[in-house]
Amino acid sequence: MKSSVQKEHKTEFLQGNIACAEGAIFAGCKFFAGYPITPASEILHYMSRRMFEVDGTFIQTEDELAAIANIIGASWGGVKSMTASSGPGISLMLENIGLAVVTETPCVILNVQRGSPSTGSPTIAFQGDMLQPKFGSHGEYQIIALAPSSPQEMFDFTIIAFNKAEKYRTPVFILADSSVGHMREKVEFPCEDEIVLEERKKLETYQGIHQKIFLDENVAPMPIFGKGLKANITGSTHKEDGSRNVSDPKIMDNAIKKLSNKILKHKDDIIIIEENYLDDAEVAIFSYGLEYRAVLETVNLARKKGLKVGCFRPVTIWPFPQEQIEALSKKVKVIIVCENNLGQIYPFVKAAAQGNAKVIFLPPKILGTLYNQEEILNKIKEVI
Amino acid sequence: MKNIVEHPLKKYFREEINYTTCSGCGNGIISQSILRAIDKLNISFDQFAFVSGIGCSGWIPSPYFNTDILHVTHGRSVAFATGLKLAAPQLKVIICAGDGDTSAIGGNHFIHAARRNIDLTVICVNNLIYGMTGGQVAPTTPYFSKTITTPYGSIERPFDLSNLAIAAGATFVARWTTYQARLLTNSIKKAIMHKGFSFVEIISQCPVQYGKVVGMSNDPVGMLMHYKECSVNIKKAKNMSEDELKGKIIVGELMEKENVPELTDEIKRLRMEAKRK
Amino acid sequence: MIQINKDACKGCGICIAMCPVKILEFSNDLNKVGVHYPIVLDETECTECENCMIYCPDFAMVVIKNEK
Repeated sequence: MKSSVQKEHKTEFLQGNIACAEGAIFAGCKFFAGYPITPASEILHYMSRRMFEVDGTFIQTEDELAAIANIIGASWGGVKSMTASSGPGISLMLENIGLAVVTETPCVILNVQRGSPSTGSPTIAFQGDMLQPKFGSHGEYQIIALAPSSPQEMFDFTIIAFNKAEKYRTPVFILADSSVGHMREKVEFPCEDEIVLEERKKLETYQGIHQKIFLDENVAPMPIFGKGLKANITGSTHKEDGSRNVSDPKIMDNAIKKLSNKILKHKDDIIIIEENYLDDAEVAIFSYGLEYRAVLETVNLARKKGLKVGCFRPVTIWPFPQEQIEALSKKVKVIIVCENNLGQIYPFVKAAAQGNAKVIFLPPKILGTLYNQEEILNKIKEVI
Repeated sequence: MKNIVEHPLKKYFREEINYTTCSGCGNGIISQSILRAIDKLNISFDQFAFVSGIGCSGWIPSPYFNTDILHVTHGRSVAFATGLKLAAPQLKVIICAGDGDTSAIGGNHFIHAARRNIDLTVICVNNLIYGMTGGQVAPTTPYFSKTITTPYGSIERPFDLSNLAIAAGATFVARWTTYQARLLTNSIKKAIMHKGFSFVEIISQCPVQYGKVVGMSNDPVGMLMHYKECSVNIKKAKNMSEDELKGKIIVGELMEKENVPELTDEIKRLRMEAKRK
Repeated sequence: MIQINKDACKGCGICIAMCPVKILEFSNDLNKVGVHYPIVLDETECTECENCMIYCPDFAMVVIKNEK
């Protein structure tokens, strides 16, 4: 019998960074390591208190390299772990992010993007690190990255990030920006039983020297340390049992392809998109993160003016929603890409469209601010 | 027909003992010392986790030891080990890393772990050179040494790693050479049982790369005998002048401090405090 | 008694140097790896100090203590 009583949801007025922290705690995060950096430090401050309240561990590390190393080590110790930083800090973490990928270590990394490159503009919202998760670390690998646009989404997407990290034994990025991280909005908390939290597949008993703990496209069980499972973990190219092999082409081919396929095979489960007004649209606007809010409002306005325009938003930037863009390109005549950079995801949209639709990039008039409605509307009118 | 008796430490290996180190490398002596220490402690090997860096010494535990091993990126083993120990404090976490790994690229993590007094044991294999990559100068290579990156002789003073560990706050520090394998075993036992950051530095022969630098190429026996000649126990060294100590290697247990707050204990305390508020 | 795994030996000579009673010396022939390995000159002089076992970097030496 359906209950007629609506469950009371806790709501709080939270800063985006804090909402992310609370989302992490809701998801079961028990280890946070980080280094101070604008505009992500708030989550560090908050976690320095909250982690201990939930029987977790917090450590302010000596640098970002230690932060990412700490969360990987902690994950092998059996706990859900997270770090938060901004572009310059993520740049320092990249080598070990590659290690997390290759050792199939679940962990979550928040990048509150700021003006870049280099020291850049620390408090300015920017979408300058969109390619960093996928191409920043050396080598061939897949990654999962989500782009929230509000404190509510900072909360929600952090839970999704932890779930995907656990389910696929991979590091997962949350690509926010300074404005999303700092703005304060209402955040509604789900009740505990309303969201299923994923836990990593664990190896229960030692299966012998050649136990399969890596390179399963359907995710191998993880041998948590301290349980007598004699885990053999290395960043070197390895076989399914962890044993290193850096010379046999078949083994190396397998090591790279299976690792990538672990993500690509499950694209349907991993990729999240949002589509609005696309049923009869002639023009679609592609945007993500904070820009999506400006775009959605503009599209609402455009629709009121009778313009047949819709919007496509990738919630997951990586893996890139290639098939979904291809399908979109067969429906509309033009795709306008709006992003707060000089065209980072634009080439991927263009490639995925395969010439079916015209893909144009609308550069922001001023980097570091949102597009204003007029610029987007003018472009829509121009191409429609 | 003679029976083949297993080496008493064979039980700690996954498969056959098959170190691919150069002939006479000190790694194997150190490996024996570590395992003998653990054997004497009579603690289940499953309670240990080894984290190792990149370099010849990283291959002491990995992939041979029959327990949890984490072979990570160059210089970062202490940082990974910190996260692992904080998440699983019941584990006895031992790090095997070289002098370059520990004090060059990993220097920052090393001094902070010492400062934090986190209950880890660092086995630092100091061969005074970067061996694996072909003999480049290390932060521990003596002044004037001609290496592949100091063809005119090194113009940088070397670190004294044990002193650095002490200055950074390590609460158990010992230095031995591979010549004092038994005393090394005793110190490793103490280091493992010590609640706090333990640093055991071992001056170890690299007959191929460092041997070349000191005119003892492929002469591990020569290098071991040199350690024997130059080692001075700290108890004696205390009463020797700087001049008398030139060229000597001061060995022994150099620091032992109990009852210093240890990081995992402090974390537990903070959790209790957080809940009381 | 000293048990020598001759094919595990890399010919470093450390055991020979570390034997306090000098009862180890290099063989004349070569092992599978192509090096001279240690042989025991006089088993009866062995003091079972275990130096050869402890100092062998390749775990090739095992000292089997004689039961009294």
